Amino acid sequence: MPHRVLPGFGLTLGFTVLYLGLFVLIPLSTIFVKAAGLGWHGFWTTVTAPRVMAAYRLSFLCAFYAALVNAMFGFLVAWVLVRYSFPARRVADAIVDLPFALPTAVAGIAFATLYAENGWVGSRLIPFGVRVAYTQLGIVAVLTFIGLPFVVRTVQPVLANLEFEMEEAACSLGAGRWAAFTRVLLPRIWPALLTGFTLAFARAIGEYGSVLFIAGNMPMRTEIAPLLVMAKLDQFDFQGAAAISAGMLIVSFALLLAINALQGIGRRQKP
Amino acid sequence: MRFTHSIVTAPATGMRRATSPHIRVGSRILLLPFVSGLNVATPPAQIPNKVAAKVPDSSTARNDPGKNIGPSLGTPRRHYAENAVELLNVSYDPTRELYREINAAFAAYWEGKAGAIVTIRQSHGGSGKQARAVLDGLEADVVTLALAYDVDEIARRGKLLAIDWQARLPFGSAPYTSTIVLLVRKGNPKRIRDWDDLVRPGITVITANPKTSGGARWNYLAAWGYALSRWGSESAAQDFVRRLYRNVPVLDVGARGATTTFVERGIGDVLITWENEALLAVKELGQARVEIISPSVSIVAEPPVAVVDKVAKKHGTEAVARAYLEFLYTDRGQEIAARNFYRPRSRQVEKKYARQFPTISLFTVGNVFGGWTKAQARHFADGGIFDQIYQPGR
Repeated sequence: MPHRVLPGFGLTLGFTVLYLGLFVLIPLSTIFVKAAGLGWHGFWTTVTAPRVMAAYRLSFLCAFYAALVNAMFGFLVAWVLVRYSFPARRVADAIVDLPFALPTAVAGIAFATLYAENGWVGSRLIPFGVRVAYTQLGIVAVLTFIGLPFVVRTVQPVLANLEFEMEEAACSLGAGRWAAFTRVLLPRIWPALLTGFTLAFARAIGEYGSVLFIAGNMPMRTEIAPLLVMAKLDQFDFQGAAAISAGMLIVSFALLLAINALQGIGRRQKP
Repeated sequence: MRFTHSIVTAPATGMRRATSPHIRVGSRILLLPFVSGLNVATPPAQIPNKVAAKVPDSSTARNDPGKNIGPSLGTPRRHYAENAVELLNVSYDPTRELYREINAAFAAYWEGKAGAIVTIRQSHGGSGKQARAVLDGLEADVVTLALAYDVDEIARRGKLLAIDWQARLPFGSAPYTSTIVLLVRKGNPKRIRDWDDLVRPGITVITANPKTSGGARWNYLAAWGYALSRWGSESAAQDFVRRLYRNVPVLDVGARGATTTFVERGIGDVLITWENEALLAVKELGQARVEIISPSVSIVAEPPVAVVDKVAKKHGTEAVARAYLEFLYTDRGQEIAARNFYRPRSRQVEKKYARQFPTISLFTVGNVFGGWTKAQARHFADGGIFDQIYQPGR
């Protein structure tokens, strides 16, 4: 065993394991224990029922689109906040965190009120044939709101730490503005952007409170997977609920692992 | 003792419903630690009136009763004196106002009769959710839920009360009833007269998801029973219900959510709802915005009440819990129920409130569906008829 300069490895690792165990692994494992009561066959028929599959697809796709929107526009927001100084910049900076503070159900109600057909925004979109409330678009909208701070907050510090000289050097060496952005800036921001995307995505997959109010909850169309879990619970079908949750956990974990691996590749390629 | 009394008689009538949901959430979060601290530590006499008056509001949980009253928080059961008892009544959403009034009346009655001070605490939420909370250990002395199925599950799974609980009180342990009616916009612009009109193309109907809402299950069964009585065949009934749900653009999770969608969001031409909720909506919104249409045929909604034997035994509250439920059957209790828009069982009281409750040809879950357990298995279980209505391609 190599000698470590810093002491306390055993203690900190022990604490980490205990902490993760108490707050993550043990609670989550009870879901699998409960679901195991169904047996493999029962589990499989539960999670592959058409309605459950439709809900999974909806939950993951909407979360993905919302995270994508956040990655693009969150980057833009971070860029503006870091690179330019303008009046009320601090206020704008503080507004970014609001989605964290607001109870999500309130956000859902606010969105539903605004984007409903008789709502302030919704009524103006109807002439263009765009319906937001009670459609998948509404779900993406509210999930975008929920995940907004993640990308901004992960990209912002990285962007602030980039030396402006690097861009100047790139330009003086003959790179155009676009080349300086894509070849010099983006590779350094990429890991942070991906982290922000992952956080926003993961957060959106499990979101429940806000979505209910705007989704319309129509089976096969706008019914998210967490709602099906609640529906199962209301029928006292605890195992079925656990099975659907376990399915979500497995897919989420696989996706997060894949994104992390992608990030690892990105890091290694960094000059 | 004075504190105990102030909980029960706190004058809070329609106030609660008028506040918007998020404000209520906020005040609960702020108040709860404060109030529970007071309960335990401060001598009752020093509690300012204002705070005391808010106690019943903050101690009633809307969404997750376990969080507020559940054993997880370990709220101690307080005995201020030898003859003071406390009951926890776990109920469903729309009974808030009803039980506030019942509790005050019963406390006075019990003090006169048994010389004991009784404090009744209430917990409200979706009926299924509340039943689950009781199964998970919320120590309810009595449950007053939306459907017998939920109490059946408490008896079957938790074995907390006898399986034949429904036979212990008159009228299948349902001291008051309601029915399912239609709420339409002022002036009834779409000319909705009866169930038939709900399946017309172009009509939008608002009702909650029967998989997650007990109230919505009554709506579904009412529509089914109407179609059955009209056309006499199960397949016709299923077809009717399918067409009806095709006109439903939004399936809210709970009955209250559906009411909000209809009233606040302005979505839909007609809301299917409990008569007591409809009467309350008309009372609160005034005749200016909505009106009630009583269909020709509907279902008798029988919200049952029961003592949770095991819990009551543990708390030593069996006698007072039973008396509390029996009080619902007295003239006094029946009158309060009627005043809160529930149809009373007592003929006398019914006569007095006849104007409020128009005559509708009513059927019961028992006659048409063979009881709740059967109805649940056939219609609302996974793969049941409601799920079939929503299979892809239909």
